[in-house]
Amino acid sequence: MKKYDLDRLRNEKLAKNILLCSAAFLTVVIIALIVFMGQQGLQTFTDVSPFEFFFSTKWNPDNGQYGAFSFIFGSLLVTFLAILVGGPIGVMGAVFMAKLAPKWVCEIMKPAVNLYMAIPSVVYGFIGLTVVVPAVREYFGVPVGFGILTASFILSIMILPTVISISTDALLSVPKMLEEGSVALGATYWQTIWHIVLPAAKPGIVTAIILGMARAIGETMAVQMVIGNTPRLADSLFSPTSTLPSEIVVEMGNTPFGSTWGNALFLMALVLLLISLIMILVVRKISAKKAVEA
Amino acid sequence: MKSFFKKATVMALTLAVGMSLVAGCGSDKKDDKAASTKVEGKISASGSTALLPLLKVGQEEFYKKHDKVTINLSGGGSFTGQKQVAAGSVDIGNSDVALGADFKDKGLVETKLVGIPFVFIANKDVPVDNLSAQQYVDILTGKIKNWKEVGGKDQQITLVHRAKSSGSRATIADVVLKGAEFTDAAVIQDSNGAVRSAIATTPGAIGYVDAAYVDSSVKALSYDGVKYSIAAVVDGKYPVYTFGRMFTKGEPKGAVKAFIDYVTSAEFQNVNAEKQGFVPITKMKK
Repeated sequence: MKKYDLDRLRNEKLAKNILLCSAAFLTVVIIALIVFMGQQGLQTFTDVSPFEFFFSTKWNPDNGQYGAFSFIFGSLLVTFLAILVGGPIGVMGAVFMAKLAPKWVCEIMKPAVNLYMAIPSVVYGFIGLTVVVPAVREYFGVPVGFGILTASFILSIMILPTVISISTDALLSVPKMLEEGSVALGATYWQTIWHIVLPAAKPGIVTAIILGMARAIGETMAVQMVIGNTPRLADSLFSPTSTLPSEIVVEMGNTPFGSTWGNALFLMALVLLLISLIMILVVRKISAKKAVEA
Repeated sequence: MKSFFKKATVMALTLAVGMSLVAGCGSDKKDDKAASTKVEGKISASGSTALLPLLKVGQEEFYKKHDKVTINLSGGGSFTGQKQVAAGSVDIGNSDVALGADFKDKGLVETKLVGIPFVFIANKDVPVDNLSAQQYVDILTGKIKNWKEVGGKDQQITLVHRAKSSGSRATIADVVLKGAEFTDAAVIQDSNGAVRSAIATTPGAIGYVDAAYVDSSVKALSYDGVKYSIAAVVDGKYPVYTFGRMFTKGEPKGAVKAFIDYVTSAEFQNVNAEKQGFVPITKMKK
């Protein structure tokens, strides 16, 4: 073989090894993360019963009470409310962008949505704290503006870019043929969107909504700034409460590593990770199903 | 995290070697000039973030006198400071709360650094200027929920304060509540600054902050008729304070001792403590 060929062969091998190393590194990091969090988090159960952790609302580490139910409930509640508001708005926005908007509007909106995704969450939190918190307090006449409603509102805005961009892609990938067939059969454009395009894009839209939920449940900074961080079960839309990430961020700074308290925070992080993981698995399942149907 | 602890252990080992080098100069009272020629080594300290700014100034000033000493200051919180010094991973654990029950038998020695006063603050729309000790207890435990019960207008009281892991909260629980429990019906913020701004923007809000954080955006409340001032703390009239403490494993020695002696000296305290909102330890009755 000529020297040139040998060089090429070596370069090829080198490139392959670099790619392999990168992939291995990623895998090792994610596994190490899960193992570490699991190891720290599960140690909680040597001092706290799983039943207490998951179902008690008494979070009082000074007295050895580690009930995290209020935080789990708070997380799920704000996520649900955020998706209830943000989901439909996002999907409707996507329909507009994919099917109705003139090209030049699309050309402005597409980068705008991407930019929107890049806004740091502390900016949302700061605006929430200075604008939304006082507005909620005054408009609804409640003593404090911190709470579920404010946090859900901020989150519903924060998940919009995720929902919009993924739904738009899903809608754009619906074959033009289906639409044309529907219109040819005499359906109005609205009927076509409602009965043909949206159902055809359903798996993609569901994926968009689940990823939006994953974004909402893990959001820390913006929620922490507006929710009030009260370790108490929310009993109304206006009651300050706490979510898993907000409680972790408020308490971790002063909690010694390795104490039961610190471990309980790790366990909360693990619960959060598992919830996100389940959402990702659901998304994978949906896209697998979509592949079969297509 | 783990590698951090490994690093800390390595650091502690390096330090142990460094310390054994300077162990020779452990005589008790020596003047600064003699010390400047002999004190060297590395000092690591972690813990209270409230004390960090003061210690940073102390570190800079100390470097001017002893250029062969390296001081590594980090935060982490009071409880972390206590835990790490007990475990031997740092030389000095800084804390603004008394030693926890878990660490009582670890041979830790306490040196008081400064007095840390706390001030109750309220939103500016609250007409009340003073509350009695009992009224504070009733508000913090959630028994009194409306300002009209303590002489104000008909307005709900919103408690804004710190998380359960906070040293400030532990101090108030100890000094003001004396064993009673805080109500959970409160807005929690994770720093003095955030507590202050939440109180400034929420009508009817009350809370407490380190004295250094009191400014014109909120109203400072008197405690049992005593308005906060450094003089009032020194005279023992204003009881809402705690001590910033430095813990060492065993009596401080060598460079560690030199540093602690320096930051607790009248020379350093009189210039810097009040500037940072603390009461100089040299003025306090210990």
